[in-house]
Amino acid sequence: MSADVAPPAPRPKSTGLHTGEIRPGVAKVDPIIVVDGVRRVFGGLTAVDVDHLEIPRNAITALIGPNGAGKTTLFNLLTGFDKPNAGTWSFDGRSLAGIPAYKTARMGQVRTFQLTKSLGLLTVLENMKLGAPKQAGERIGASILPFLWRKQEAEIEVKARELLARFKLDTKEKDFAASLSGGQRKLLEMARALMSDPTLVMLDEPMAGVNPALTQSLLDHILDLKDLGMTVVFVEHDMHMVRHIADWVVVMAEGRIVAEGPPDTVMREQAVIDAYLGAHQDVDLGVVTGRVAGELTPEGEALAEEAREIDAAIEADAAATETEDGK
Amino acid sequence: MAHARTAPVPRLHRRVVAALAFLAAAAAGVGILAGPAGSSWAATSADYPYTLKGNVRAAGESVPDATVRVTGQDEEGAAFEEEATTDKNGAWSVGVPTKDGTWTIELVESSLPSGVAVPDGFSFTQEATFGATSTVTRNFTLGAAERQTVGFWDQFLSRAVNGLNFGLMLALAAIGLSLVFGTTGLSNFAHGEMVTFGALMALLFTTGFGLSIWVAIPIAVIASAGLGLAMDAGLWRPLRRKGLGTVQLMIVSIGLSLALRYVYQMFVGGRTEQLPGAVAEVIPGLGPIRLTVTDLISMGVSIVVIVAFAWWLMRTRIGRATRAVSDNPSLAAASGIDVDGVVRVVWVVAAALAGLSGVLWAYFRPGIKWDMGTSILLLIFAAVTLGGLGTAFGALVGSIIVGLLVELSTLWIPSDLKYVGALVVLIVILLFRPQGILGRRERIG
Amino acid sequence: MNFLQIISNTLAQILAPATLGYVLAAIGLSVHFGFAGLLNMGVAGFMAIGAYGFAISILTFGLPWPLAALIGLAAAVVFALIMGIPTLRLRGDYLAIVTIAAAEVLRLLFLTSTFRPVTGSADGLSGFQAGFRASNPLPPGKWGWGPWTYQSDQWWVIIVGVITIAIAVLLVWALMRSPWGRVIRGIREDEDAVGSLGKNVFAFKMQALVVGGIIIAAGGIITAMGTNVNPNVYVTSQTFYVWTALLLGGAATIFGPVLGAVLFWMVRAFLSNLLPALVSIGWLPFLTPEQSQMLVFVLVGAALMLLVIFRPQGILGSKKELTFVR
Repeated sequence: MSADVAPPAPRPKSTGLHTGEIRPGVAKVDPIIVVDGVRRVFGGLTAVDVDHLEIPRNAITALIGPNGAGKTTLFNLLTGFDKPNAGTWSFDGRSLAGIPAYKTARMGQVRTFQLTKSLGLLTVLENMKLGAPKQAGERIGASILPFLWRKQEAEIEVKARELLARFKLDTKEKDFAASLSGGQRKLLEMARALMSDPTLVMLDEPMAGVNPALTQSLLDHILDLKDLGMTVVFVEHDMHMVRHIADWVVVMAEGRIVAEGPPDTVMREQAVIDAYLGAHQDVDLGVVTGRVAGELTPEGEALAEEAREIDAAIEADAAATETEDGK
Repeated sequence: MAHARTAPVPRLHRRVVAALAFLAAAAAGVGILAGPAGSSWAATSADYPYTLKGNVRAAGESVPDATVRVTGQDEEGAAFEEEATTDKNGAWSVGVPTKDGTWTIELVESSLPSGVAVPDGFSFTQEATFGATSTVTRNFTLGAAERQTVGFWDQFLSRAVNGLNFGLMLALAAIGLSLVFGTTGLSNFAHGEMVTFGALMALLFTTGFGLSIWVAIPIAVIASAGLGLAMDAGLWRPLRRKGLGTVQLMIVSIGLSLALRYVYQMFVGGRTEQLPGAVAEVIPGLGPIRLTVTDLISMGVSIVVIVAFAWWLMRTRIGRATRAVSDNPSLAAASGIDVDGVVRVVWVVAAALAGLSGVLWAYFRPGIKWDMGTSILLLIFAAVTLGGLGTAFGALVGSIIVGLLVELSTLWIPSDLKYVGALVVLIVILLFRPQGILGRRERIG
Repeated sequence: MNFLQIISNTLAQILAPATLGYVLAAIGLSVHFGFAGLLNMGVAGFMAIGAYGFAISILTFGLPWPLAALIGLAAAVVFALIMGIPTLRLRGDYLAIVTIAAAEVLRLLFLTSTFRPVTGSADGLSGFQAGFRASNPLPPGKWGWGPWTYQSDQWWVIIVGVITIAIAVLLVWALMRSPWGRVIRGIREDEDAVGSLGKNVFAFKMQALVVGGIIIAAGGIITAMGTNVNPNVYVTSQTFYVWTALLLGGAATIFGPVLGAVLFWMVRAFLSNLLPALVSIGWLPFLTPEQSQMLVFVLVGAALMLLVIFRPQGILGSKKELTFVR
């Protein structure tokens, strides 16, 4: 990947998404997702408790909040990977309650994962082909009769190569996905999700673990999705990343929606600063996470220490898996 | 586990080879130690390659202590005669030196307990010839005993007590399996062999060295604990360091189970050995409940050990650390718990409990056989799964349920299908409550 | 010690019905575990249900053998569905526990004296091969070459077995190069990723369980055609032997299971001929001939451990396409 970190060309933001006064749960002009009373409890701990939430169509919505705010859990609930204890939600006017994950994907709502799920034992091209919907060759009866699916397979391959070129992965198509860098895997996962021409793309921390050079191009790709007519929802815990690309920001803390609104408005809200940063409001999170160089107050130092511990635990896990893979 | 990548592979090679060598040596040790006690381990009919076997039943009930006499001719044409006594399940088996010729099997009428009815046309002798297989089965089925018209509830009570005894014994093994699973994620298929090991050690120190059973049992438990320590240090810890996945570890344990089982068979052969005191008097005055002193002691020992274990798990520092590791190993490691140390302790405790349950299982069956642990491995797994994978108290509850199920189901189904009931219930429960009885929903992923 | 005889016995094992049955079982297990990542610990159960389905259809219902074979396969499909429905939505080790338990339940049901008229209880079933042998188009008598000299009826079993193996290999090859196989291999690595792409993971896993189950049952049927059916064969250890054979050859490869199963039986035959011979000439002191037979199984267990630890991808597998993903 090229190392030039050109800032994304400024693109116009979508405005006028909501109706009425801005507050948590405000109605949108054209919502694609409507959530009502969704609650998820883990062993007595309420992870998600959302009274009402609407996601605007054809806009980029960022879901932000500190660690443990319930962002990923809400994502899992919306995409059918987890079941809530109560509540209803709909996508494009169709209720999704009790619908399994693969069906929500077929409806045009695809997602990526926080810990990238590129399939390391398949090649990059195979990963892409897996993303294509309605394949005749995936029916077991037809699969052993290649003449039934060869033509479609060729079409899928053309489309996959186009997408790979757009994501600058075309030179890697024969490599096993396991050999890609972390950032490339994120790109592959996103490209793979696009194989099904979704209407809604849900990205869980697309920027986590990606080096700064790739971050820019990832942000560009997210903006492209909107230009292509898709709706994007993404989870991020770094507010500064969000500011540049999001049209709408939803802030979660302790499982609840504490604020929402256009990025510049929301970042100034006291509720956000209180809930999101808690006692650490003078700490630049960019510095804590190591993305931005800067001085840290003692308080910030403690926070950074905490973050490093969590990182270490995650790495320990990853290392265990990696050695298993790499032997 | 964070330092997984730093472990040099050659060292691991050496470790694993050393571990296997250890097992082989340990096995050889058993054999050499067993040598002096040769007389009691000497060749009996079970050393012959061909087997005649069967069972004796009266009205669907097993008939224990009946004598079966086998007569025929050996390879040289000399007369061959051998007697066998039926065990608790009414089963008998006699080894014979050759497949050729016709063997006559006689059920000795005078050895039958009183009250067994002989149906019309019943023959006390049967003939058998060997076909392609090396085993021939001949059963004797007698009629209903008149005095055995025991009321349903009397039988129910009697079987329930038996089931409780069996369940407590299972629990000792299941708790260990569950602890190991909880802390390391390993489904240990060699756990059955750890059960057998305890029984074999008890046999070695009683029949072999002539020690009292009261001395031999603690020695057997300590030896089992030593086996657990050795297995962790020599095999499982190096493999965890190497970063083997749980499925790989599981298959390694399958290999270990096969190897150990046949090592046992090399030294004790295919026959069944008894521990001292296996035949005990039924305690009188308990009404319909048939309970021997041995049964009573066995239940008492199980309960005391389980209570002690519960105290250890809930009250001691290392017990709490064990629970923390079971909950979340990386979090436990991050909060300063020595995970490797905890796992080592868990292996020692699990192996000691398994060894003790092996001794009790030897009394319950009754008898010690090379594959006795394997024969209840699935029931142990069923108990652990029923209770909820990885929860120690779940394993206890699951074991008692399995024990009761196995014994009580014989009220309705033939006793040679008694394990089927428990295993079918396992499958059905997974349908409705996959997390088990005490397991948490989040664990099944 | 007659070394030539030992070699000859070893080579003869290549075409024995038990070997052919294991080859099919290992191919079926490669679909389950190697490609789809399903921990089927009930291989013996699938083989038993094929064999008993075949034998009972002929003996009790008097069906012609091809129809009986189809019933054996159909029974395996039902068995796979019963296994799969409760467990395929759960974590992998639940399938392992349920399959191993179900296989044992089957064995006990075949063993119990309650159903003796149908199952033959501990004696098993025999005398059901007449129809199959009557359909033998080969010239009668004993013919062949070197160690591979068999009766005409045995050749007929071998030919049917080898044809079945060829069909199974072709089928697995065609499935795994198709988009269906792509989904299956994706599921082995990460179910959630595949589910997020709109694939019904449960249905795919069930299909894989059924296809593999049919192939394993075919192995049971081929073995039954050559020998008798006996419940003591279908013990848990048999499942472990098939696993050893599969892992030896390479679980996620097309020809690995074939190679692995043949090698497994050759090595086993070699050792169980060689070790007693070594005992008889005094090269293995401390061991009796019976003990040397048990040593074979000790070595099988040790081999399984060493394989999984040091070469989990097997002989034919590549390091990149690792077998053990989780």
